[in-house]
Amino acid sequence: MILTPYFYLQAIKLALSQIWANRRRSVLTSLGIIVGVASTTAVIAALTGLKANVLKEFESFGANRIFVFPDRPDNAPRNKYPREKIRIKPWEVKELQESCPSLRAITPVTEIGLTVASEERELDGISIVGIWPDWHEAENRRVIDGRVFNQIDERDQRQVCLLNQAAIDALRLPEEGVGSHILLGGRRFLVVGIVETVQARMFGMDGSTGEVFVPFSTALKLQPPEFFLRVVALARSAEVSEEARAEIQRTMRRIRGIQPGDPDTFQVEVIDRYIEQFKTMATGITAVAGGIVGISLLVGGIGIMNIMLVSVSERTREIGLRKAVGATPSAIMMQFLLEAVVLCLFGGLIGVLGGKVAAIGLTFIPGAPLKHADVPLWAVGVSFAFSAIVGVAFGFFPALKASRLDPIEALRHE
Amino acid sequence: MIRIEGLRKVYRVGEEKIHALRGVNLHIGDNEMVAVMGASGSGKSTLMNIIGCLDRPSDGTYFLDGQAVAKMSPNELALVRNEKIGFVFQSFELLARQTALENVELPLIYSREAGLTAAERTRRALEALERVHLTDRVTHRPNQLSGGQRQRVAIARAILNKPSILMADEPTGNLDSVTSHEIMEIFKGLHRDGQTVLVVTHENDIAAYCQRVVRLRDGHVLSDLSIAEDMAGRKAG
Repeated sequence: MILTPYFYLQAIKLALSQIWANRRRSVLTSLGIIVGVASTTAVIAALTGLKANVLKEFESFGANRIFVFPDRPDNAPRNKYPREKIRIKPWEVKELQESCPSLRAITPVTEIGLTVASEERELDGISIVGIWPDWHEAENRRVIDGRVFNQIDERDQRQVCLLNQAAIDALRLPEEGVGSHILLGGRRFLVVGIVETVQARMFGMDGSTGEVFVPFSTALKLQPPEFFLRVVALARSAEVSEEARAEIQRTMRRIRGIQPGDPDTFQVEVIDRYIEQFKTMATGITAVAGGIVGISLLVGGIGIMNIMLVSVSERTREIGLRKAVGATPSAIMMQFLLEAVVLCLFGGLIGVLGGKVAAIGLTFIPGAPLKHADVPLWAVGVSFAFSAIVGVAFGFFPALKASRLDPIEALRHE
Repeated sequence: MIRIEGLRKVYRVGEEKIHALRGVNLHIGDNEMVAVMGASGSGKSTLMNIIGCLDRPSDGTYFLDGQAVAKMSPNELALVRNEKIGFVFQSFELLARQTALENVELPLIYSREAGLTAAERTRRALEALERVHLTDRVTHRPNQLSGGQRQRVAIARAILNKPSILMADEPTGNLDSVTSHEIMEIFKGLHRDGQTVLVVTHENDIAAYCQRVVRLRDGHVLSDLSIAEDMAGRKAG
């Protein structure tokens, strides 16, 4: 049986006129689909926004950045891995610097808990960090005024320091900053430079936290003997970051004399991995949202099926007449299937519009990282595709029922 | 045109078998206008449904335009209905939300003829409406038309595809007597133009528009006479 384009045109026209004639009923019927599609598109929009935000932060953070932490192997007895054994020692960092060609920059980082004071104020809770000059490259934070630490600062453990703007403000230093003196744990340090404010708002850091940097060797003088340090390194490029990670791991195992089969006593993390983890998580959330939409579309589909059955029984005489003038069973079937699909697509359309409105609403939530929330095109496509599938799946039974009506019986129907 | 031989139809209602038609022979020639009469239960409706290709006989042969339709599949029957049969019903059966013109165009939706232009469809529908003398109300919906006008739309729809046979089942059953005669005049006019017409009725003055009267009783053809003979027989009886 060949159905002509004219048939399809008329069938779609009829479906639209049916929806229009039963406006209220159509909206109520497709409510399940509307709510399902709207909530999913809104969730996808929020996730997309969040993803854009987080990835942007990661990017500014540097995808080729590598961290090395001391790490006691899981479930290992404390006495087998004492603190001293797992702690990263400064000479180990030097060894890494020599042995890892894939690294562009490497620096130990150690935090010192001392009070910071100026002539004006005395402050607790400002972080004092000991670094190598490589730190600026590894963390991608330049000195915007003054100078970086040099070899002599490091060799002579000079009492010089770098500040960020927030520290200058908090200490009420003169505008210039460079050239003034501050006290770290009672020792007098010369401010030699200003470090640019951190751009990425990650891990609770933002530009409002005061930071003081001192040469790493100077920090050793201020730290207790068994202090902890971590390593921040930068791979030559994002492509070789995995290679760099392997080099670090190999070198650390070698210099610590870890036997094959024994666990690492340190941890090497590449930022890339966090991105992967985040992407995995986002995919997981999307899948859960997909599951929810599946359920709501199922519920919506049952509503569609119900109303299509009502429609078939209301229009029994019409079906009889159409059969009398030559409609084949398949033509009747197709017509009711199209009607169900059009009804579902109509629900999908309202749902997508609802989701879009919700997405726009999300961008106005103050403080939420959803500035970039938007419904991606693929979500619109998927919404319509699913709506159409629901229409076919749940319109099938009513359409079959209509196609099987006996024309004589149908025309006698009251 | 129509050759029916030994036509039987048996319905099963639960355990019981109902013999609606018990061997009907009927020949209807080209451009005849035949009235089919009979009390309810006479098998009249069953015969009409089979002639109209809405139903299939249990036994016997039925040739329509030389085609054996008795054994056709539902899809083939639908095609035959679309191209060779025009139905007119007692209660018009117009689609309420469509205009007279759209109602008349309805059979074209299911037509095999692909590629008909909108203009061509409208031209055909208007031509059919012209033949039932209803060209002034083509954009009206059924509820804006009188009973007679509605039935004329229905007739236009039935003759749209130039059917071999135009079947009217109590076409005047819902109309007053003046309108009834107007409608019968239209059938008569179509017949004059060469249309084969089959009218089911239980009213003698409606049957009087036809040339020939077939009376059924208990699933048999009781009589098959010319209108003159039939009227004479009635007077005598």
